[in-house]
Amino acid sequence: MRPPRRERRLNETREAAGNGLLDRRAFLAESAGALATGAFMAFAPGEAGAAGPPETPTEMKVSGAPLSAYGAPATFEREVTRTLIRSQPGTTGAGASRTPLEALEGIITPSGLHFERHHNGVPAIDPAQHQLLIHGMVARPLIFTVASLLRYPMVSRIHFLECSGNSGVMYGATPPALTCGQTHGLVSCSEWTGVPLRLLLAEASADSRAEWILAEGADAAAMSRSVPMAKAMDDAMLALYQNGERLRPENGYPVRLFLPGYEGNMSVKWLRRIKVTDTPTMTKDETSKYTDLQADGKALMFTYPMEVKSVITRPAPGLRMTGPGLYELSGIAWSGRGKIRKVEVSADSGRTWAEAALSAPVLAYALARFRIPWKWNGAATVLKSRATDDAGRVQPTRDELIAQHGANVIYHYHAIQAWRVESSGEVKNVYA
Amino acid sequence: MSTREAFILASLVLAWGGCAGTTAPETPNLGRAATPAEVAGWDISIAPDGRGLPSGRGTSAEGALVYAQKCQACHGEKGVNGPNDRLVGGQGTLGSKTPVRTVGSYWPYATTVFDYVRRAMPFAQPHSLTDSEVYAVTAYLLNLNGIIGEQDVMSSDSLPKVKMPNRDNFILVYPWKPRVP
Repeated sequence: MRPPRRERRLNETREAAGNGLLDRRAFLAESAGALATGAFMAFAPGEAGAAGPPETPTEMKVSGAPLSAYGAPATFEREVTRTLIRSQPGTTGAGASRTPLEALEGIITPSGLHFERHHNGVPAIDPAQHQLLIHGMVARPLIFTVASLLRYPMVSRIHFLECSGNSGVMYGATPPALTCGQTHGLVSCSEWTGVPLRLLLAEASADSRAEWILAEGADAAAMSRSVPMAKAMDDAMLALYQNGERLRPENGYPVRLFLPGYEGNMSVKWLRRIKVTDTPTMTKDETSKYTDLQADGKALMFTYPMEVKSVITRPAPGLRMTGPGLYELSGIAWSGRGKIRKVEVSADSGRTWAEAALSAPVLAYALARFRIPWKWNGAATVLKSRATDDAGRVQPTRDELIAQHGANVIYHYHAIQAWRVESSGEVKNVYA
Repeated sequence: MSTREAFILASLVLAWGGCAGTTAPETPNLGRAATPAEVAGWDISIAPDGRGLPSGRGTSAEGALVYAQKCQACHGEKGVNGPNDRLVGGQGTLGSKTPVRTVGSYWPYATTVFDYVRRAMPFAQPHSLTDSEVYAVTAYLLNLNGIIGEQDVMSSDSLPKVKMPNRDNFILVYPWKPRVP
């Protein structure tokens, strides 16, 4: 049977790439037309309300809950949590928890769902007792209280933070049977507010021969990383606020270093000390860890920026398709080398691609949200996304990444992700 | 104007995006001067050339005792087969499909072992070992990996002179060459 004329026109004029990818503007242009006819389906199976019209819902017949001092998510969302919470054997605080990317939208990660990576737990620091020492190759070694840092001029910026081990499981020989967030959720994005580090380095009169700083945390791992002085004097920040409120303990309360675009653990949490130095200190976490072992046995060191990357978060493993029809594919893209220029999406395993819409704002070193309408015919297929940043860097395929660097790297995995959509609606991680 | 003053001015100009001749802006200046004693108490990091290493000394034989009591439960007898990071062996495996990264096969600087053990180990009681115990455990791990002899004394003089087997297999991506021994 021939489809109705309006639908036929949609297929003919709005298809932007193979297997049902529509023009990224289709939802906007057709908001009052063919696309708004109810064909779009939620990813979670909808349950019919018990008290829909014409009955009056119970909630309308009783007073609601009282006011509260600090809000919390709806109880019905209690399953939206950080996942794959794993510690080193015999420890409770040396490990990671991951952001449930497939449950979130937009570009800001709620602070309580920001991923965690700790090397020996979360210290309970009293801000009245905490101090920051700046010393080393400086004319004036200085100690700052948290109260004094709060008096400095501040900047606010929206930036992603990504652990360099994010997605590392994708180097493995078989695709992991994990949710999207469990695989890729060591990335989050917040508005960070704090003091430009260069102001304090200037007050301490850093020596012109100094090329590095060492940043050290006040946790039980005394986590420490060397940072190039050029970065410290450029956009490094002593972050005090996250998403408008003071930092969460697991994100470095009361003060953390923040280095836009750089691998996450360099943004040292619970910052207690900055030593201005002539050489890198060669700490454990920049030599034995967070160096990138190549196939030939050599290792890359100081691979600071996180590379251009994207992933479709709806649909993704952890969610199900609920039958053929019109969907909006949604995902995140980011680059530690600048701003996202475009994201292309394929619904036929990479044979054809269409450019997705980027939701404003699209900011440097921040997550960008991309979306594109997709008319799913119900047949099994493979979805992919491919990001390009404003430096012109394009996400490689997994085969290309491994051909270049080998499969022993652990860190800096950023290849194109393929999700297989089964005709049953199940979504799986595949190497395709 | 001294070189240092010139640098300070240049830094401030850069910091505020001004052009040459701009007066350095006023900043709050709320830092308190740190005394040398305060700095010495806070500064626990060790440079790869050994700067920062404290006095004290230890041998592998001494370190074996400390290791058995404080390290073995997590890292296994002689640094292998523990529930946590393997510390010994793996040399010659880095270019294979199953590389084994240990202190002996992978770590480029012996000073890092001292720095890390002193700042972060034992996991449940960091900062509980004496400096000589840290030298001793470091010596033990270096000896188990065949890098130093059982009677070699590790101290601020000898430790920076230890050349780790994998030292030359790191490629610096950040454009800078370290001034290290």
